[in-house]
Amino acid sequence: MTLKDTKPGMVVRIDSVGESNLKQRLMTMGLIPGTRVEVLNSAPLGDPIALRLRSYNLAMRRDDAAQIEVSEVG
Amino acid sequence: MSALSVALTGNPNTGKSTIFNELTGARQKIGNWPGVTVDKKVGVIEHNGRKISVIDLPGTYSINARSQEEQVVSDFFKTNKPDIVVNIIDASNISRNLFLTIQLMENGIPLILNLNMMDEAERHGIKIDMKKLEDAFGMPVTNTVGRSNKSVRKLLDVFTNAVMTNYTPSKLINDHIERVHNIERSGLAPSKIEEEIISARYDLIDKIMSQAVTVSAAGKTLTEKLDSYLANGVTSIILMIAIFYLMFQISFNWIGQPLADLVGEFFDETLVPWAAETMEAAGVEGWMQSLVSDGIIAGVGAVINFVPLIFTLFIILSFLDGTGYMARVAFIMDPIMRRAGLSGKSIMPLMMGFGCAVPAIMANRALDTHKDRMISIFVTPFITCNAKVPIIALFAAMFFPDNVANVVFAMYFLGIITAIVMAKVLSTTMFKEQQSTFLLELPPYRLPDPKTVLLEAWDKGKGYLIKAGTIIFAMSVIIWFLSSFNSDGMTEDMDNSYLASIGSATSVIFAPQGFDTWESGAAIVTGVLAKEAVVSTMGILYGADEDSVDTDDAEGTAEVLNATSMGGAFTPLSALAFMVFSLLYSPCMTALGTVKKEAQGFKWMAFVFFYTTAVAWVASLIVYQGGKLLGFE
Repeated sequence: MTLKDTKPGMVVRIDSVGESNLKQRLMTMGLIPGTRVEVLNSAPLGDPIALRLRSYNLAMRRDDAAQIEVSEVG
Repeated sequence: MSALSVALTGNPNTGKSTIFNELTGARQKIGNWPGVTVDKKVGVIEHNGRKISVIDLPGTYSINARSQEEQVVSDFFKTNKPDIVVNIIDASNISRNLFLTIQLMENGIPLILNLNMMDEAERHGIKIDMKKLEDAFGMPVTNTVGRSNKSVRKLLDVFTNAVMTNYTPSKLINDHIERVHNIERSGLAPSKIEEEIISARYDLIDKIMSQAVTVSAAGKTLTEKLDSYLANGVTSIILMIAIFYLMFQISFNWIGQPLADLVGEFFDETLVPWAAETMEAAGVEGWMQSLVSDGIIAGVGAVINFVPLIFTLFIILSFLDGTGYMARVAFIMDPIMRRAGLSGKSIMPLMMGFGCAVPAIMANRALDTHKDRMISIFVTPFITCNAKVPIIALFAAMFFPDNVANVVFAMYFLGIITAIVMAKVLSTTMFKEQQSTFLLELPPYRLPDPKTVLLEAWDKGKGYLIKAGTIIFAMSVIIWFLSSFNSDGMTEDMDNSYLASIGSATSVIFAPQGFDTWESGAAIVTGVLAKEAVVSTMGILYGADEDSVDTDDAEGTAEVLNATSMGGAFTPLSALAFMVFSLLYSPCMTALGTVKKEAQGFKWMAFVFFYTTAVAWVASLIVYQGGKLLGFE
């Protein structure tokens, strides 16, 4: 499953960050394999999505979220 | 003893600017880093008899030179060795903040780690053991409470007492640096090396976090509660519209306009008569009196009138930005903006565009990618800035007296629509190949520090004041000269002035739009110098009594001008075409100069001048010819 397929309220762990121009920026922002991510909510028009990781909130577009493989925890 | 040099560095949203403002107050200078469009802030203070020079480096998440800000920070440390480097860390967000800390340590930069907003961190269930953090890095750790002046002043003692040579990086840090060196020598592809290093940094962060930080589950934070309304579902859109409606009401009607009226009154009733009397008494020659009263005071006064409106708008926008709300607006609006080829982050610059295009164009610095930045710079001038409002208000009052509000609203709307349409056009043509991204931190809601809000609003709005003092001043003299002279010398008859010749030469191209009079041509030309000049030029050219052309009394001005030949020079349809043209054509020369600086190229300035004018020409043509086909006049 990718981060794009998650639903608000889900808690996931990052498995891998796919290759893209954004990859290093995503990793710098703390999206590293093993990081725990809570899916908060989507913007009213369904995109972007808001995430909580490492005690802060980050918004990203669904297209970019599709590059991030995750698996659900707890 | 030479001044102690202190550099502040840290992530965005850490309260770094607030600390800098607390430390330096108004004794700060804002300039530009050479070659890039990034603010450079420096302040000098004295403490314990020691001069301290503080530099506020741009907020960055890392120093990988992926953006202009990162480039500035990384270059700064390559060429400067400040006595003290303070890394401001948002304690409530310590994990990600330490990324920059570690990167700085890898570069051999000794640091003071200053944990800011410890109180907020504790509310979020984050407990930081400062002693253990000191041991983990081998560097001194201090703390501040965001807006508390006292706790920030304490930092000054730290600066004057700290002996950075007493500190050496811990074994943990040295081991990490060794590991980074090994990765660099591994022979992997450069991008892989970078990714491995990023992972190694977070490995270290996780290690340090487990030693020095405990995170316990806290209840719902205020930010989460607010976001469930302000960034979630249909309510968030309704609230956003309400907040912006309120913002414009306050800026334009409740606070800004009454203040503007006071300023206007002062000019009309005090300054102008006073200047006239003084000059009369001093026996100043007639032409000089005319230059000062009709030229300079009238011209500069027209601009000063807008200052309260613009500052009120910018104070509110800086406040909203400081609370963290503007990030939510970018979040909500991103899908709409993206369809237009923009990013959600363009909202802030576009909003500022309702005040003045100059700081609005500069605000595009905050955008992520080259594509987003350029497109946003190119469409910002279509937004109805304050200086265009009198044109719309006057023409609406003169030619559509029964529908003033609707016409004004339609014109505002037209500006927004044109910006969106042109953004789409530019993104699918000139910038087709480039990618746009949106990755945005949603910072916790905070009550912004009033000093920081005011300093930011001042920084954004001061360009407008400078414009009034320099360009408008010069422009007033030029317009006065052009309208009072011809090749035979001074003339009382403006129909024979230089301005009339320029106006009639220009007006030729507006024959298909129905406003090819030399007066409109002249008004359009002066409008490139400053939009404020369009109405005042019209007023002067149609021979209205000077005092009655008041840029903020559209109805009164309309009555006066209706009595002149202006009423007959336009039909409602050609008046509408003129409004559309004035709204959309080339921004004023101050804005053009800003485009040159921000887009980094004279060609982009020329591009904006020609393409906006072309868009305006076509749009006004469609209005006039289309209107005629539909049987309007």
